[in-house]
Amino acid sequence: MNMLNKKFLLTIAFIILAVLIPVVIKAPYQLHILILIIIWAIIGTSWNLLGGYAGQVSFGHAAFFGLGAYSAGLLTLHCALSPWWGILLGPLVAALAALPIGMICFRLRGPYFALAMLALGEIFRLVFLNLTDFTNGAKGILIMPAITNKMFYYYTGLGMLALTLLATYLIVNSKIGYYLVSIREDQDAATSLGIPTTLYKNLALLPSAFFTGLAGAFYMNYVAFIDPNIVFNLTNVSVMVILVVMLGGVATTWGPTIGAAIYIFLGEYFRTTLGSANVLIFGILVCLIIMFLPNGIAGELDLLKRLTQRKKASLSGGV
Amino acid sequence: MSFFEAKAITKKFGGLTAVSNLSFTVEQGEIFGVIGPNGSGKTTVFNMISRFFPLTSGEIYFKGKRIDTLPAHDICKIGIGRTFQVVKPLRRMTVIENVMAGAFLRTGSISKARHKAEEIIEFCNLGKYTDREAKGLPIPLRKRLEIARALATEPELLLLDETCAGLNPKESEAAIALIRRIRDTGVTIIIIEHIMKVMMGISDRILAINFGKEIAMGKPQEVANTPEVIKAYLGDAYA
Repeated sequence: MNMLNKKFLLTIAFIILAVLIPVVIKAPYQLHILILIIIWAIIGTSWNLLGGYAGQVSFGHAAFFGLGAYSAGLLTLHCALSPWWGILLGPLVAALAALPIGMICFRLRGPYFALAMLALGEIFRLVFLNLTDFTNGAKGILIMPAITNKMFYYYTGLGMLALTLLATYLIVNSKIGYYLVSIREDQDAATSLGIPTTLYKNLALLPSAFFTGLAGAFYMNYVAFIDPNIVFNLTNVSVMVILVVMLGGVATTWGPTIGAAIYIFLGEYFRTTLGSANVLIFGILVCLIIMFLPNGIAGELDLLKRLTQRKKASLSGGV
Repeated sequence: MSFFEAKAITKKFGGLTAVSNLSFTVEQGEIFGVIGPNGSGKTTVFNMISRFFPLTSGEIYFKGKRIDTLPAHDICKIGIGRTFQVVKPLRRMTVIENVMAGAFLRTGSISKARHKAEEIIEFCNLGKYTDREAKGLPIPLRKRLEIARALATEPELLLLDETCAGLNPKESEAAIALIRRIRDTGVTIIIIEHIMKVMMGISDRILAINFGKEIAMGKPQEVANTPEVIKAYLGDAYA
Protein backbone atom coordinates (compact mmCIF):
# COMPACT_ATOMS: atom_id res chain seq x y z
CA MET A 1 0.00 0.00 0.00
CA ASN A 2 2.80 2.31 1.01
CA MET A 3 4.66 1.71 -2.22
CA LEU A 4 1.51 2.25 -4.25
CA ASN A 5 0.98 5.57 -2.51
CA LYS A 6 4.53 6.61 -3.26
CA LYS A 7 4.16 5.67 -6.92
CA PHE A 8 0.88 7.56 -7.09
CA LEU A 9 2.40 10.68 -5.54
CA LEU A 10 5.36 10.52 -7.93
CA THR A 11 2.98 10.32 -10.87
CA ILE A 12 1.00 13.30 -9.61
CA ALA A 13 4.23 15.24 -9.09
CA PHE A 14 5.32 14.40 -12.61
CA ILE A 15 2.01 15.54 -14.09
CA ILE A 16 2.13 18.84 -12.19
CA LEU A 17 5.73 19.37 -13.30
CA ALA A 18 4.88 18.61 -16.93
CA VAL A 19 1.88 20.94 -16.86
CA LEU A 20 3.84 23.77 -15.25
CA ILE A 21 7.01 23.56 -17.39
CA PRO A 22 5.76 26.06 -20.03
CA VAL A 23 5.26 28.64 -17.26
CA VAL A 24 9.04 28.70 -16.84
CA ILE A 25 10.17 27.71 -20.31
CA LYS A 26 8.66 29.98 -22.93
CA ALA A 27 11.29 30.19 -25.65
CA PRO A 28 10.02 28.52 -28.86
CA TYR A 29 13.22 26.50 -29.32
CA GLN A 30 13.07 25.00 -25.87
CA LEU A 31 9.39 24.25 -26.25
CA HIS A 32 10.20 22.61 -29.56
CA ILE A 33 12.64 20.28 -27.80
CA LEU A 34 9.99 19.42 -25.22
CA ILE A 35 7.45 18.63 -27.94
CA LEU A 36 9.96 16.36 -29.69
CA ILE A 37 10.56 14.60 -26.38
CA ILE A 38 6.81 14.05 -26.03
CA ILE A 39 6.53 12.62 -29.54
CA TRP A 40 9.37 10.21 -28.89
CA ALA A 41 7.99 9.30 -25.49
CA ILE A 42 4.73 8.28 -27.17
CA ILE A 43 6.49 6.17 -29.81
CA GLY A 44 8.80 4.67 -27.18
CA THR A 45 5.95 3.79 -24.84
CA SER A 46 4.06 2.14 -27.70
CA TRP A 47 7.10 0.20 -28.87
CA ASN A 48 7.76 -0.88 -25.31
CA LEU A 49 4.40 -2.64 -25.07
CA LEU A 50 5.30 -4.95 -27.95
CA GLY A 51 9.10 -5.03 -27.72
CA GLY A 52 9.59 -4.65 -23.99
CA TYR A 53 6.71 -6.50 -22.37
CA ALA A 54 5.81 -9.03 -25.04
CA GLY A 55 9.46 -9.39 -26.12
CA GLN A 56 8.65 -9.07 -29.82
CA VAL A 57 11.43 -6.73 -30.92
CA SER A 58 10.20 -4.70 -33.87
CA PHE A 59 12.68 -2.98 -36.19
CA GLY A 60 9.85 -1.58 -38.25
CA HIS A 61 7.83 0.79 -36.11
CA ALA A 62 8.52 3.51 -38.67
CA ALA A 63 5.80 1.79 -40.71
CA PHE A 64 3.14 2.71 -38.15
CA PHE A 65 4.61 6.15 -37.51
CA GLY A 66 4.66 6.90 -41.21
CA LEU A 67 1.16 5.55 -41.77
CA GLY A 68 -0.13 7.83 -39.03
CA ALA A 69 1.67 10.83 -40.48
CA TYR A 70 0.58 10.12 -44.04
CA SER A 71 -3.03 9.53 -43.00
CA ALA A 72 -3.10 13.09 -41.74
CA GLY A 73 -1.11 14.46 -44.67
CA LEU A 74 -3.06 12.71 -47.42
CA LEU A 75 -6.35 13.73 -45.85
CA THR A 76 -5.34 17.33 -46.34
CA LEU A 77 -3.78 16.78 -49.74
CA HIS A 78 -6.68 14.91 -51.32
CA CYS A 79 -9.74 15.82 -49.31
CA ALA A 80 -8.79 19.32 -48.25
CA LEU A 81 -9.73 18.40 -44.71
CA SER A 82 -7.92 19.75 -41.68
CA PRO A 83 -4.95 17.52 -40.83
CA TRP A 84 -6.31 17.39 -37.30
CA TRP A 85 -8.78 14.79 -38.54
CA GLY A 86 -5.68 12.72 -39.05
CA ILE A 87 -5.32 12.52 -35.28
CA LEU A 88 -8.41 10.32 -35.40
CA LEU A 89 -7.70 8.58 -38.70
CA GLY A 90 -3.93 8.00 -38.31
CA PRO A 91 -4.03 5.66 -35.34
CA LEU A 92 -6.89 3.69 -36.86
CA VAL A 93 -5.07 3.24 -40.17
CA ALA A 94 -1.91 2.15 -38.34
CA ALA A 95 -3.83 -0.35 -36.22
CA LEU A 96 -5.73 -1.66 -39.23
CA ALA A 97 -2.47 -2.19 -41.11
CA ALA A 98 -1.07 -3.94 -38.03
CA LEU A 99 -3.71 -6.69 -38.30
CA PRO A 100 -2.42 -8.45 -41.44
CA ILE A 101 1.17 -7.55 -40.48
CA GLY A 102 0.75 -9.35 -37.17
CA MET A 103 -0.88 -12.35 -38.79
CA ILE A 104 2.07 -12.74 -41.14
CA CYS A 105 5.05 -11.70 -39.00
CA PHE A 106 4.04 -13.51 -35.80
CA ARG A 107 4.59 -16.78 -37.60
CA LEU A 108 8.24 -15.93 -37.03
CA ARG A 109 10.10 -15.87 -33.74
CA GLY A 110 12.93 -13.79 -32.28
CA PRO A 111 15.45 -12.39 -34.77
CA TYR A 112 13.36 -13.55 -37.74
CA PHE A 113 10.43 -11.50 -36.53
CA ALA A 114 12.73 -8.49 -36.06
CA LEU A 115 14.02 -8.84 -39.62
CA ALA A 116 10.56 -9.26 -41.10
CA MET A 117 9.48 -6.06 -39.38
CA LEU A 118 12.59 -4.27 -40.61
CA ALA A 119 11.78 -5.29 -44.17
CA LEU A 120 8.21 -4.18 -43.65
CA GLY A 121 9.21 -0.65 -42.65
CA GLU A 122 11.37 -0.41 -45.75
CA ILE A 123 8.57 -1.73 -47.97
CA PHE A 124 6.28 1.05 -46.75
CA ARG A 125 8.99 3.66 -47.33
CA LEU A 126 9.59 2.50 -50.90
CA VAL A 127 5.89 2.23 -51.69
CA PHE A 128 5.18 5.74 -50.43
CA LEU A 129 8.24 7.04 -52.23
CA ASN A 130 7.16 5.59 -55.57
CA LEU A 131 3.39 6.01 -55.52
CA THR A 132 4.01 9.59 -56.59
CA ASP A 133 0.47 10.26 -57.87
CA PHE A 134 -1.04 9.41 -54.55
CA THR A 135 1.64 10.47 -52.06
CA ASN A 136 3.65 13.17 -53.87
CA GLY A 137 6.64 10.82 -53.59
CA ALA A 138 9.91 12.34 -52.45
CA LYS A 139 8.48 15.82 -52.78
CA GLY A 140 6.59 15.12 -49.62
CA ILE A 141 3.53 16.83 -48.24
CA LEU A 142 3.62 20.39 -46.96
CA ILE A 143 0.67 21.79 -45.07
CA MET A 144 -0.04 25.25 -43.74
CA PRO A 145 -0.64 24.77 -40.04
CA ALA A 146 -3.63 26.69 -38.70
CA ILE A 147 -2.07 26.92 -35.27
CA THR A 148 1.52 28.01 -34.75
CA ASN A 149 1.49 28.54 -31.00
CA LYS A 150 3.95 25.99 -29.57
CA MET A 151 2.24 26.02 -26.18
CA PHE A 152 -0.83 24.49 -27.84
CA TYR A 153 1.21 21.66 -29.34
CA TYR A 154 2.95 21.06 -26.06
CA TYR A 155 -0.31 20.53 -24.16
CA THR A 156 -1.96 18.51 -26.93
CA GLY A 157 1.07 16.25 -27.08
CA LEU A 158 1.17 15.96 -23.34
CA GLY A 159 -2.44 14.81 -23.31
CA MET A 160 -1.67 12.16 -25.92
CA LEU A 161 1.34 10.96 -23.97
CA ALA A 162 -0.78 10.72 -20.82
CA LEU A 163 -3.35 8.66 -22.75
CA THR A 164 -0.64 6.37 -24.13
CA LEU A 165 0.94 5.87 -20.71
CA LEU A 166 -2.42 5.19 -19.11
CA ALA A 167 -3.47 2.68 -21.77
CA THR A 168 -0.13 0.86 -21.57
CA TYR A 169 -0.26 0.85 -17.78
CA LEU A 170 -3.76 -0.64 -17.76
CA ILE A 171 -2.83 -3.32 -20.29
CA VAL A 172 0.39 -4.27 -18.53
CA ASN A 173 -1.25 -4.51 -15.13
CA SER A 174 -3.99 -6.85 -16.29
CA LYS A 175 -4.13 -10.51 -17.21
CA ILE A 176 -2.96 -9.51 -20.70
CA GLY A 177 0.21 -8.02 -19.22
CA TYR A 178 1.06 -11.21 -17.35
CA TYR A 179 0.45 -13.22 -20.50
CA LEU A 180 2.65 -10.92 -22.61
CA VAL A 181 5.56 -11.21 -20.18
CA SER A 182 5.07 -15.00 -20.03
CA ILE A 183 5.31 -15.15 -23.82
CA ARG A 184 8.49 -13.06 -23.70
CA GLU A 185 10.09 -15.30 -21.09
CA ASP A 186 9.27 -18.63 -22.73
CA GLN A 187 6.83 -19.11 -25.57
CA ASP A 188 6.61 -22.89 -25.19
CA ALA A 189 5.96 -22.66 -21.47
CA ALA A 190 3.30 -20.05 -22.22
CA THR A 191 1.62 -22.37 -24.72
CA SER A 192 1.67 -25.18 -22.16
CA LEU A 193 -0.21 -22.89 -19.77
CA GLY A 194 -2.98 -22.51 -22.31
CA ILE A 195 -1.94 -19.07 -23.58
CA PRO A 196 -2.83 -18.56 -27.28
CA THR A 197 0.48 -16.84 -28.02
CA THR A 198 -0.30 -15.45 -31.47
CA LEU A 199 -3.54 -13.88 -30.27
CA TYR A 200 -1.82 -12.16 -27.35
CA LYS A 201 1.06 -10.94 -29.48
CA ASN A 202 -1.53 -9.30 -31.69
CA LEU A 203 -3.18 -7.83 -28.62
CA ALA A 204 0.17 -6.12 -27.91
CA LEU A 205 0.81 -5.11 -31.52
CA LEU A 206 -2.55 -3.40 -32.10
CA PRO A 207 -2.33 -0.76 -29.33
CA SER A 208 1.38 -0.40 -30.06
CA ALA A 209 0.66 0.44 -33.71
CA PHE A 210 -2.34 2.58 -32.73
CA PHE A 211 -0.39 4.93 -30.49
CA THR A 212 2.64 5.02 -32.80
CA GLY A 213 0.21 6.11 -35.54
CA LEU A 214 -1.13 8.75 -33.18
CA ALA A 215 2.39 10.11 -32.71
CA GLY A 216 2.83 10.12 -36.48
CA ALA A 217 -0.37 12.08 -37.10
CA PHE A 218 0.59 14.55 -34.40
CA TYR A 219 4.03 14.90 -35.98
CA MET A 220 2.45 15.80 -39.33
CA ASN A 221 0.36 18.50 -37.67
CA TYR A 222 3.26 19.88 -35.70
CA VAL A 223 6.14 19.82 -38.19
CA ALA A 224 3.83 20.47 -41.17
CA PHE A 225 6.13 18.72 -43.61
CA ILE A 226 6.70 15.02 -44.22
CA ASP A 227 8.26 12.89 -46.88
CA PRO A 228 8.73 9.09 -46.95
CA ASN A 229 12.42 9.35 -46.10
CA ILE A 230 11.61 11.21 -42.91
CA VAL A 231 8.68 9.35 -41.45
CA PHE A 232 9.46 5.83 -42.71
CA ASN A 233 13.14 6.19 -41.84
CA LEU A 234 14.86 3.05 -40.63
CA THR A 235 17.61 4.64 -38.54
CA ASN A 236 15.92 7.83 -37.44
CA VAL A 237 12.62 6.24 -36.46
CA SER A 238 12.69 2.43 -36.22
CA VAL A 239 16.13 2.06 -34.67
CA MET A 240 15.97 5.28 -32.73
CA VAL A 241 12.86 4.19 -30.86
CA ILE A 242 14.68 1.04 -29.76
CA LEU A 243 17.59 3.12 -28.45
CA VAL A 244 15.19 5.45 -26.66
CA VAL A 245 13.54 2.54 -24.86
CA MET A 246 16.81 0.76 -24.07
CA LEU A 247 18.22 3.95 -22.64
CA GLY A 248 15.23 4.56 -20.42
CA GLY A 249 14.48 1.00 -19.43
CA VAL A 250 12.86 -1.85 -21.34
CA ALA A 251 9.55 -3.08 -19.89
CA THR A 252 9.19 -0.24 -17.40
CA THR A 253 6.31 2.24 -17.26
CA TRP A 254 8.37 5.43 -17.27
CA GLY A 255 11.47 4.12 -19.04
CA PRO A 256 10.57 5.24 -22.58
CA THR A 257 9.63 8.74 -21.38
CA ILE A 258 12.86 9.10 -19.42
CA GLY A 259 14.80 7.65 -22.36
CA ALA A 260 13.18 10.07 -24.81
CA ALA A 261 13.96 13.04 -22.57
CA ILE A 262 17.61 12.12 -22.20
CA TYR A 263 18.06 11.05 -25.80
CA ILE A 264 16.55 14.16 -27.37
CA PHE A 265 18.14 16.52 -24.87
CA LEU A 266 21.64 15.07 -25.24
CA GLY A 267 21.28 14.79 -29.01
CA GLU A 268 20.37 18.49 -29.27
CA TYR A 269 23.05 19.49 -26.79
CA PHE A 270 25.80 17.71 -28.67
CA ARG A 271 24.52 19.01 -31.98
CA THR A 272 24.81 22.61 -30.82
CA THR A 273 28.11 22.28 -28.96
CA LEU A 274 30.18 19.70 -30.80
CA GLY A 275 29.52 20.59 -34.41
CA SER A 276 30.08 17.77 -36.83
CA ALA A 277 31.56 15.43 -34.18
CA ASN A 278 28.21 15.25 -32.42
CA VAL A 279 27.03 11.95 -33.88
CA LEU A 280 30.29 10.25 -32.99
CA ILE A 281 30.31 11.43 -29.38
CA PHE A 282 26.62 10.70 -29.07
CA GLY A 283 27.13 7.16 -30.40
CA ILE A 284 29.93 6.49 -27.93
CA LEU A 285 27.78 7.74 -25.09
CA VAL A 286 24.90 5.47 -26.10
CA CYS A 287 27.31 2.51 -26.19
CA LEU A 288 28.59 3.35 -22.70
CA ILE A 289 25.10 3.65 -21.28
CA ILE A 290 24.03 0.34 -22.79
CA MET A 291 27.20 -1.34 -21.46
CA PHE A 292 27.02 0.02 -17.93
CA LEU A 293 23.28 0.41 -17.48
CA PRO A 294 22.01 -2.66 -19.38
CA ASN A 295 18.56 -2.35 -17.83
CA GLY A 296 18.21 1.30 -18.78
CA ILE A 297 17.86 4.11 -16.32
CA ALA A 298 14.40 3.25 -15.00
CA GLY A 299 15.34 -0.44 -14.96
CA GLU A 300 18.48 0.11 -12.87
CA LEU A 301 16.52 2.25 -10.42
CA ASP A 302 13.96 -0.53 -10.04
CA LEU A 303 16.70 -3.07 -9.46
CA LEU A 304 18.33 -0.86 -6.84
CA LYS A 305 15.02 -0.47 -5.06
CA ARG A 306 14.36 -4.20 -5.05
CA LEU A 307 17.85 -4.97 -3.76
CA THR A 308 17.53 -2.56 -0.85
CA GLN A 309 14.11 -3.95 -0.08
CA ARG A 310 15.41 -7.49 0.04
CA LYS A 311 18.18 -6.38 2.37
CA LYS A 312 15.61 -4.83 4.65
CA ALA A 313 13.55 -8.00 4.53
CA SER A 314 16.49 -10.20 5.44
CA LEU A 315 17.46 -7.85 8.26
CA SER A 316 14.01 -8.12 9.75
CA GLY A 317 14.40 -11.89 9.75
CA GLY A 318 12.63 -12.58 6.45
CA VAL A 319 14.12 -14.80 3.73
CA MET B 1 -14.88 -45.36 -22.33
CA SER B 2 -11.52 -44.63 -20.81
CA PHE B 3 -10.56 -41.36 -19.19
CA PHE B 4 -7.64 -41.02 -21.57
CA GLU B 5 -6.85 -43.10 -24.59
CA ALA B 6 -4.08 -43.06 -27.18
CA LYS B 7 -4.97 -45.13 -30.27
CA ALA B 8 -2.11 -46.32 -32.46
CA ILE B 9 -0.25 -43.02 -32.28
CA THR B 10 2.76 -42.67 -34.58
CA LYS B 11 5.30 -39.91 -35.00
CA LYS B 12 7.84 -39.86 -37.79
CA PHE B 13 10.62 -37.30 -38.15
CA GLY B 14 11.57 -37.73 -41.77
CA GLY B 15 12.85 -41.31 -42.04
CA LEU B 16 13.05 -41.82 -38.28
CA THR B 17 10.04 -43.30 -36.52
CA ALA B 18 10.21 -41.92 -32.98
CA VAL B 19 6.91 -43.40 -31.79
CA SER B 20 5.38 -46.29 -33.61
CA ASN B 21 1.81 -47.50 -33.38
CA LEU B 22 1.57 -47.01 -29.63
CA SER B 23 -1.74 -47.56 -27.83
CA PHE B 24 -2.57 -47.21 -24.17
CA THR B 25 -5.37 -46.11 -21.87
CA VAL B 26 -5.26 -44.29 -18.55
CA GLU B 27 -8.04 -44.53 -15.97
CA GLN B 28 -9.20 -41.63 -13.82
CA GLY B 29 -7.26 -41.26 -10.57
CA GLU B 30 -4.32 -43.50 -11.42
CA ILE B 31 -0.64 -42.74 -11.69
CA PHE B 32 0.45 -44.13 -15.02
CA GLY B 33 4.19 -44.49 -15.55
CA VAL B 34 6.05 -44.46 -18.86
CA ILE B 35 9.57 -45.86 -18.81
CA GLY B 36 12.18 -46.60 -21.40
CA PRO B 37 15.87 -46.05 -22.15
CA ASN B 38 17.23 -42.79 -23.53
CA GLY B 39 15.77 -41.87 -26.89
CA SER B 40 12.98 -44.44 -26.68
CA GLY B 41 10.32 -41.81 -27.43
CA LYS B 42 8.88 -40.99 -24.00
CA THR B 43 9.03 -37.22 -24.30
CA THR B 44 7.80 -37.43 -27.89
CA VAL B 45 4.66 -39.12 -26.56
CA PHE B 46 4.11 -36.14 -24.23
CA ASN B 47 4.74 -33.69 -27.02
CA MET B 48 2.15 -35.51 -29.09
CA ILE B 49 -0.44 -35.46 -26.31
CA SER B 50 0.13 -31.76 -25.60
CA ARG B 51 0.08 -31.03 -29.33
CA PHE B 52 3.58 -29.56 -29.50
CA PHE B 53 4.10 -32.06 -32.33
CA PRO B 54 1.39 -32.98 -34.81
CA LEU B 55 0.71 -36.71 -35.04
CA THR B 56 1.81 -38.56 -38.16
CA SER B 57 -1.09 -40.95 -37.58
CA GLY B 58 -3.30 -42.18 -34.78
CA GLU B 59 -5.91 -40.66 -32.49
CA ILE B 60 -5.96 -39.35 -28.93
CA TYR B 61 -9.11 -39.16 -26.80
CA PHE B 62 -9.62 -37.35 -23.50
CA LYS B 63 -12.88 -37.90 -21.63
CA GLY B 64 -14.37 -39.29 -24.80
CA LYS B 65 -13.45 -36.31 -26.95
CA ARG B 66 -10.89 -36.43 -29.70
CA ILE B 67 -8.09 -33.97 -28.88
CA ASP B 68 -5.36 -34.56 -31.45
CA THR B 69 -6.90 -31.95 -33.74
CA LEU B 70 -6.95 -29.12 -31.18
CA PRO B 71 -4.35 -26.32 -31.18
CA ALA B 72 -1.65 -26.63 -28.48
CA HIS B 73 -2.98 -23.92 -26.19
CA ASP B 74 -6.43 -25.54 -26.04
CA ILE B 75 -5.03 -28.75 -24.59
CA CYS B 76 -4.44 -26.97 -21.31
CA LYS B 77 -7.89 -25.41 -21.43
CA ILE B 78 -9.63 -28.79 -21.59
CA GLY B 79 -7.72 -29.96 -18.54
CA ILE B 80 -4.38 -31.48 -19.52
CA GLY B 81 -1.39 -29.79 -17.87
CA ARG B 82 2.25 -30.61 -18.50
CA THR B 83 5.74 -29.97 -17.21
CA PHE B 84 8.93 -29.98 -19.24
CA GLN B 85 11.91 -32.30 -18.81
CA VAL B 86 14.23 -29.37 -19.43
CA VAL B 87 12.49 -26.93 -17.11
CA LYS B 88 11.17 -23.75 -18.67
CA PRO B 89 10.71 -21.24 -15.86
CA LEU B 90 9.52 -17.75 -16.80
CA ARG B 91 12.93 -16.51 -15.74
CA ARG B 92 12.48 -12.85 -15.02
CA MET B 93 9.18 -13.33 -13.25
CA THR B 94 8.87 -14.12 -9.56
CA VAL B 95 7.64 -17.50 -8.33
CA ILE B 96 4.18 -16.17 -7.63
CA GLU B 97 3.99 -14.46 -11.03
CA ASN B 98 4.94 -17.75 -12.68
CA VAL B 99 2.12 -19.53 -10.93
CA MET B 100 -0.30 -16.66 -11.57
CA ALA B 101 0.44 -16.97 -15.29
CA GLY B 102 -1.01 -20.47 -15.00
CA ALA B 103 -3.93 -19.43 -12.80
CA PHE B 104 -5.10 -16.82 -15.32
CA LEU B 105 -6.37 -19.64 -17.51
CA ARG B 106 -9.44 -19.96 -15.28
CA THR B 107 -9.88 -16.35 -14.16
CA GLY B 108 -9.40 -12.84 -15.47
CA SER B 109 -9.05 -11.23 -12.06
CA ILE B 110 -5.60 -10.40 -10.70
CA SER B 111 -6.59 -10.79 -7.06
CA LYS B 112 -8.24 -14.17 -7.70
CA ALA B 113 -5.21 -15.39 -9.64
CA ARG B 114 -2.91 -14.22 -6.85
CA HIS B 115 -5.01 -15.93 -4.21
CA LYS B 116 -5.04 -19.17 -6.16
CA ALA B 117 -1.29 -18.95 -6.78
CA GLU B 118 -0.63 -18.46 -3.07
CA GLU B 119 -2.60 -21.60 -2.25
CA ILE B 120 -0.73 -23.67 -4.80
CA ILE B 121 2.63 -22.30 -3.73
CA GLU B 122 1.85 -23.40 -0.18
CA PHE B 123 0.70 -26.81 -1.44
CA CYS B 124 4.02 -27.25 -3.25
CA ASN B 125 6.08 -26.01 -0.29
CA LEU B 126 7.44 -23.04 -2.19
CA GLY B 127 6.13 -20.50 0.33
CA LYS B 128 9.60 -19.31 1.28
CA TYR B 129 10.38 -18.33 -2.29
CA THR B 130 7.15 -16.56 -3.28
CA ASP B 131 8.81 -13.31 -4.32
CA ARG B 132 12.07 -14.73 -5.65
CA GLU B 133 12.81 -14.44 -9.37
CA ALA B 134 12.58 -17.83 -11.05
CA LYS B 135 16.03 -17.52 -12.65
CA GLY B 136 17.66 -17.52 -9.22
CA LEU B 137 16.12 -20.83 -8.10
CA PRO B 138 18.14 -24.06 -7.92
CA ILE B 139 17.02 -27.02 -10.04
CA PRO B 140 14.91 -28.89 -7.45
CA LEU B 141 12.88 -25.75 -6.78
CA ARG B 142 12.55 -25.02 -10.48
CA LYS B 143 11.13 -28.50 -11.00
CA ARG B 144 8.64 -27.87 -8.22
CA LEU B 145 7.78 -24.48 -9.70
CA GLU B 146 7.12 -26.22 -13.00
CA ILE B 147 4.59 -28.48 -11.27
CA ALA B 148 3.04 -25.58 -9.35
CA ARG B 149 2.54 -23.61 -12.55
CA ALA B 150 0.88 -26.55 -14.26
CA LEU B 151 -1.35 -27.17 -11.22
CA ALA B 152 -2.53 -23.56 -11.34
CA THR B 153 -4.28 -24.30 -14.63
CA GLU B 154 -6.48 -26.80 -12.72
CA PRO B 155 -5.64 -29.88 -14.78
CA GLU B 156 -7.58 -33.13 -14.52
CA LEU B 157 -4.70 -34.95 -16.17
CA LEU B 158 -1.13 -33.93 -15.42
CA LEU B 159 1.82 -34.97 -17.60
CA LEU B 160 5.04 -34.98 -15.57
CA ASP B 161 8.24 -35.27 -17.59
CA GLU B 162 11.20 -36.51 -15.52
CA THR B 163 10.35 -34.62 -12.38
CA CYS B 164 12.99 -36.47 -10.36
CA ALA B 165 15.85 -36.41 -12.88
CA GLY B 166 18.88 -34.62 -11.53
CA LEU B 167 17.61 -34.63 -7.96
CA ASN B 168 19.45 -36.25 -5.06
CA PRO B 169 17.63 -39.04 -3.17
CA LYS B 170 16.26 -36.75 -0.50
CA GLU B 171 14.97 -34.22 -3.04
CA SER B 172 13.41 -36.90 -5.17
CA GLU B 173 11.65 -38.34 -2.12
CA ALA B 174 10.11 -34.90 -1.55
CA ALA B 175 9.10 -34.80 -5.22
CA ILE B 176 7.45 -38.22 -4.96
CA ALA B 177 5.56 -37.13 -1.86
CA LEU B 178 4.33 -34.09 -3.78
CA ILE B 179 3.19 -36.25 -6.71
CA ARG B 180 1.23 -38.49 -4.30
CA ARG B 181 -0.37 -35.43 -2.73
CA ILE B 182 -1.40 -34.20 -6.16
CA ARG B 183 -2.98 -37.58 -6.95
CA ASP B 184 -4.84 -37.47 -3.64
CA THR B 185 -6.54 -34.25 -4.76
CA GLY B 186 -8.07 -36.23 -7.62
CA VAL B 187 -5.68 -35.42 -10.46
CA THR B 188 -4.78 -38.24 -12.81
CA ILE B 189 -1.08 -38.39 -13.59
CA ILE B 190 1.02 -39.71 -16.43
CA ILE B 191 4.65 -39.63 -15.41
CA ILE B 192 7.82 -40.23 -17.39
CA GLU B 193 10.76 -41.26 -15.31
CA HIS B 194 14.15 -42.82 -15.75
CA ILE B 195 14.74 -43.89 -12.22
CA MET B 196 13.18 -47.34 -11.82
CA LYS B 197 13.04 -47.08 -8.04
CA VAL B 198 10.85 -44.00 -8.30
CA MET B 199 8.56 -45.58 -10.83
CA MET B 200 8.15 -48.88 -9.00
CA GLY B 201 7.12 -46.99 -5.89
CA ILE B 202 4.44 -44.67 -7.18
CA SER B 203 3.00 -46.03 -10.41
CA ASP B 204 -0.24 -47.98 -10.48
CA ARG B 205 0.58 -49.24 -13.95
CA ILE B 206 3.64 -48.89 -16.15
CA LEU B 207 4.13 -48.77 -19.89
CA ALA B 208 7.65 -49.63 -21.03
CA ILE B 209 8.73 -48.53 -24.48
CA ASN B 210 11.87 -48.92 -26.54
CA PHE B 211 12.52 -47.56 -30.03
CA GLY B 212 9.04 -46.04 -29.88
CA LYS B 213 7.31 -49.41 -29.47
CA GLU B 214 5.57 -50.94 -26.49
CA ILE B 215 7.68 -53.69 -24.89
CA ALA B 216 5.66 -54.25 -21.73
CA MET B 217 2.62 -52.95 -19.89
CA GLY B 218 1.07 -53.78 -16.54
CA LYS B 219 1.68 -53.69 -12.80
CA PRO B 220 5.15 -52.35 -11.88
CA GLN B 221 6.43 -55.73 -10.68
CA GLU B 222 5.26 -57.54 -13.82
CA VAL B 223 6.88 -54.96 -16.07
CA ALA B 224 10.15 -55.08 -14.14
CA ASN B 225 10.30 -58.86 -14.60
CA THR B 226 9.62 -58.79 -18.32
CA PRO B 227 12.71 -60.06 -20.17
CA GLU B 228 12.25 -57.38 -22.85
CA VAL B 229 12.52 -54.62 -20.24
CA ILE B 230 15.56 -56.14 -18.57
CA LYS B 231 17.16 -56.50 -21.98
CA ALA B 232 16.46 -52.87 -22.84
CA TYR B 233 17.94 -51.60 -19.61
CA LEU B 234 20.75 -54.04 -18.86
CA GLY B 235 21.56 -55.77 -22.14
CA ASP B 236 20.92 -59.24 -23.60
CA ALA B 237 23.13 -61.08 -21.10
CA TYR B 238 20.80 -60.39 -18.17
CA ALA B 239 17.48 -61.29 -19.72
